[in-house]
Amino acid sequence: MTMNRETFINCILGLALVIVPLIALGMDEPFIITLATKVAIFAMAGVGLNLVLGYGGLVSFGHAAFFGIGGYAAGILASHALNYEPIMTWPFEIEGTTQMIIIWIVALLASAIIALAIGAITLRTSGVYFIMITLAFAQMIYYFAISWPAYGGEDGLSIYVRNGFPGLNTLDPISYFALCAVMLGLAIAFSAVLIRSRFGLALQGARQNSQRMTAVGIAPFRIRLVAFVISAMITALAGALYADLNRFVSPSMMSWHMSGEIMVFVILGGVGRLFGPLAGAGLYIILEHLLGGVWEFWQLPLGVLLLIVVLFARGGLVGVLAGERKHV
Amino acid sequence: MFTLFLEQLLNGLQSGVMLFLMASGLTLVFGVMGLINLAHGSLYMVGAFACAAVAAWTGSFWLGLVASLMAAAIAGALVEILIIRRLYNRDHLDQVLATFALILIFSEGTRWIFGSFPLFLSVPEFLTGTVVMPGDFQYPLFRLAIIIAGFAVAAGLFLLIGKTRLGIRIRAGEADRGMIAALGVDIDRLYTIVFALGAALAGLAGAFVGTTQSVQVGMGEPVLILAFVVIVIGGIGSIKGALVGSLLVGFTDTMGRFLLPHAFATFLDPASATAIGSALASMLIYIVMALVLFLRPSGLFGTEA
Repeated sequence: MTMNRETFINCILGLALVIVPLIALGMDEPFIITLATKVAIFAMAGVGLNLVLGYGGLVSFGHAAFFGIGGYAAGILASHALNYEPIMTWPFEIEGTTQMIIIWIVALLASAIIALAIGAITLRTSGVYFIMITLAFAQMIYYFAISWPAYGGEDGLSIYVRNGFPGLNTLDPISYFALCAVMLGLAIAFSAVLIRSRFGLALQGARQNSQRMTAVGIAPFRIRLVAFVISAMITALAGALYADLNRFVSPSMMSWHMSGEIMVFVILGGVGRLFGPLAGAGLYIILEHLLGGVWEFWQLPLGVLLLIVVLFARGGLVGVLAGERKHV
Repeated sequence: MFTLFLEQLLNGLQSGVMLFLMASGLTLVFGVMGLINLAHGSLYMVGAFACAAVAAWTGSFWLGLVASLMAAAIAGALVEILIIRRLYNRDHLDQVLATFALILIFSEGTRWIFGSFPLFLSVPEFLTGTVVMPGDFQYPLFRLAIIIAGFAVAAGLFLLIGKTRLGIRIRAGEADRGMIAALGVDIDRLYTIVFALGAALAGLAGAFVGTTQSVQVGMGEPVLILAFVVIVIGGIGSIKGALVGSLLVGFTDTMGRFLLPHAFATFLDPASATAIGSALASMLIYIVMALVLFLRPSGLFGTEA
């Protein structure tokens, strides 16, 4: 890979994510480390969405559902383990767990199954229908979470102690940041490999010209479905990390506002750019922190800024900095 | 039990008619301009707040109602001229993001002006109280008036689209916007009018519903998503589809919440029947939508996929 401007920007973004918390550690500012952890997690949720949105051209407006499913996987398993209540006793006994690795596997499996079902229905449609239907399915899961009383309903579910990871004190902010940053790095690396693979090329081909793809013997539906499932799994993993960061999970993680925010991370950073979600999530969190500190109604200037980006700075932050347009 | 059933049926009709006021604007804007407008719920909110503010200031609900129409239409026209106009040739992703940004601006702006506490609108004097309905039960007069007003507006809209010169232009705009521009119709003005019309309908719905519930920031968002479900079921761009979809969603939602807990109670204990019944009821319209789409991916009255 040649060192073009985008690669250079990507390196800077990656370095910034690592260096800022280290400086914060030196200055004894744990809050900034938490903010950086939040950036890493949101960026990872965006990396998941970017796979279908950027490379597949499928505008999913319901990814918060998967984010929330990951969060609830963490919350439900941990609450059972901490209350010493088995999740089910028949036909065999399943206990809860506080081990992140098991939680992640459950989050991945649960989101994959649900994404498979949602994708199988929604991918029959396209365009605006797809946007609205993914939104509606997410709302359906959101309302289910609100009205199902077993796991806190509208009030959500607290995780009293952050779940554990072998050989790591996850309660220590910088350790947990490191874990999240590594997971983000893995997600970005996985995306990079995936989009260069035959599968990734087929996915991008289906975005650019679906008829031509069919003509050369590749069915876009199955490619898109697999991409949708993988994308949901990455976002769910981010959701599990987010629940553990806050030690709390609630239906608001699945709200359509969250879907919009994940989309904003991707678009603010640059659609279809590997490091776009990191740039977008970083900028969003910095703005939230700076504006929120100055004015109670910080979402007003944020909305104006977002409008300006959409109307005038097409290609997002990475797109503007890197200069060239990536997609035809 | 039976009178309760009838009452719920009327409530379903009321929510269906109010949904139609929202969904018709949304579907018109999509059908004519090809724009997906998330900020439609914000115009609903603007209507409700304008009604509440003017009604509190002047003491007249009717002036409030006029204000809701005017404020929503003016807000709609301004937004169209300043921002939305630049989005017609963009892809749906840009439209979603820009209108999402508009929601942030509208919601936060309203919170800034009016504060976070809900406002309350009172029903005008002669519409308070109840009427005795056939089947011998009491129903609030105001809700009945809303149903009638909603149907009147719906009928007016069908006449406007079907019989007037403006309606012909709107339908021509849906069919081929390049051609009607070439024939000398001022397409920019037509778009602004359609957008303002949709906004005014949303604002009116906001004022009506705000009177039966409360007026607060974020009130437009649940309705917006219901309206999306409606136009997806009915077929995007179809006014007839919006009407059928609204009534279907209104009835399904209201009756599901009413009947499902009862239905489960026949074979479950009351506590879990209520839990399962209400959980399922809140998902019911989305299940109906998924079913409709599974059978007809472009909705009941949709033409293009």
